[in-house]
Amino acid sequence: MLAHVVRRVIATIPVMGVVALFVFSLLYIAPGDPAAIIAGDQATPADVERIRQSLRLDRPFLIRFGEWVWQILHGDLGTSIFTNLPVTTMIAQRFEPTLSLMVVTLCFAVAIAVPVGVLAAWKAGTWIDRSIMAFAVFGFSVPVFVIGYLLAYVFALELEWLPVQGYTPIADGIWPWFENLILPAVALGCVYIALIARITRASMLEVLQQDYIRTARAKGIGQRGILFVHALKNAAVPIVTVIGIGIALLIGGAVVTESVFAIPGLGRLTVDAILRRDYPVIQGLVLLFSFAYVLVNLAIDLLYTVLDPRIRY
Amino acid sequence: MTAAGAAVAPDLPDLLPAVKPRHGILGFLRRHPTIAAGGALLIAMLMMAVFAPYLGTVDPTALAPARRLRPPSADHWFGTDMLGRDLYSRVIYGARVSLIVGFAVATLASVFGLAIGLFGGFIRWADALLMRVMDGLMSIPPILLAVALMALTRGSVGNVIVAITIAEIPRVSRLVRGVVLSLREQPYVDAAVAAGTRTPMIILRHILPNTLAPMTVQATYICASAMIVEAILSFIGAGTPPTIPSWGNIMAEGRALWQVKPYIVFFPAVFLSLTVLAVNLLGDGLRDALDPRLAKRL
Repeated sequence: MLAHVVRRVIATIPVMGVVALFVFSLLYIAPGDPAAIIAGDQATPADVERIRQSLRLDRPFLIRFGEWVWQILHGDLGTSIFTNLPVTTMIAQRFEPTLSLMVVTLCFAVAIAVPVGVLAAWKAGTWIDRSIMAFAVFGFSVPVFVIGYLLAYVFALELEWLPVQGYTPIADGIWPWFENLILPAVALGCVYIALIARITRASMLEVLQQDYIRTARAKGIGQRGILFVHALKNAAVPIVTVIGIGIALLIGGAVVTESVFAIPGLGRLTVDAILRRDYPVIQGLVLLFSFAYVLVNLAIDLLYTVLDPRIRY
Repeated sequence: MTAAGAAVAPDLPDLLPAVKPRHGILGFLRRHPTIAAGGALLIAMLMMAVFAPYLGTVDPTALAPARRLRPPSADHWFGTDMLGRDLYSRVIYGARVSLIVGFAVATLASVFGLAIGLFGGFIRWADALLMRVMDGLMSIPPILLAVALMALTRGSVGNVIVAITIAEIPRVSRLVRGVVLSLREQPYVDAAVAAGTRTPMIILRHILPNTLAPMTVQATYICASAMIVEAILSFIGAGTPPTIPSWGNIMAEGRALWQVKPYIVFFPAVFLSLTVLAVNLLGDGLRDALDPRLAKRL
């Protein structure tokens, strides 16, 4: 078991290596000469050359890549071209809203999608199943910012039940924090719910045809016990897998959702960095998001043996 | 004789009406209503994009500062935006960008994904390397990958297509490789090898045709997701240049005013959602029609 954990952790190293290489190349092939930009308009070619040497920009690609990776492993993501702040500081300032949004969305989406998917599988072929699956197709088709604007218009502007935009730190109270996150989380969660509900239904349908379900039914176990104890447990692996893969959707969606709901998080930072071509910040954010994504999926990979003891390594 | 003597079997009650097999395209569409609905909606959008100049539109980029921010009326069906441009015309022309990006990305990602997947599925040494690279690219969330690539270049429709294609290729090549790996264990491939068929011929004649069904289904999903990503890129200002009327751009322009003039965001949003819905319905229908085993599972 321990050997398996170690093997899985080691297996993420080449993956992160490819990500790092891609992210580094981003700055390497980015248009514009950083040395010339830092030197300014008045600089002579000699000045530019001096800055280039002091920044080690004259070194070969692989050496610079190695040095850059070394820096990152020491927690240094570089300095923003635009604000001159360390990228790590900028990310730390914006971290809480995005983490809050993700966690609330994740909890809410799983809490809705799994029971709905189970219901669809139980009532397979009926109008309940059909309408749930029709909603899932809609969830896939309506982009997150469209749902966001629709929700904000109905529940914030017309009905005035919830705040329109903005974010309140959790330190200012749980309810104000939560109140601001409801609409963004619902908007962001729609695609995710559609995805999880579909896989839950498919996975449950397969399990419900197994012999041991018929045995359980013959023993007189109630419908609820069969669905949630016997079937869902055995259908869990694909569901948990797609929850992990779907994190990528959440990350991409957060960039947009934060723009729609004016949440000052990492998504907004990404958009601002793109518009200003602030490459060190873009690099840091892509690296961070990818790392988080890889970690979540690693955790899920390790969870398989807990969920399904038949899986042995 | 028959009438008087022998008993005549009574007519069977009409419990089971005879199954009338329907052939041809109409029968196919009747059996797969999602393909019919999605296809019809998509064709309508395509026609709208192609015949945009003849649908009562005016120049979608013509400025008219005197007629700024008019609500929908008989003159301007969808109203006008903050520069006085006719929103109806802009939305109709916007279909062109979405559809071009969707189809181009679906085609390009399929072609490159097929090539990489076939190559990796058959050539061992390349497989390990290619799949490590694909795993790495797959661990960058696709929208983020496309956004990062767009940061490198000017905004243009071509660059948007390339950026989204690169973000989609890893998933396609993974899918194709998976299909190839299971196909090469099939007895008919062994038979072909035993008969002395060379590898390129095996790929071309025995493997490729069998990957086309799952590829077609996958391509429709890529098309749908590419249209959404294009709108997202334009919406956050990293997509098609603002001079081109695309649905994402119109929504980006309406963003500042959405609380007072919601119709600017509303109309492109509805058209975008309908188009993506059409492609998704088509994809679901094709999946059921082409791959009954997969259909049962999904």
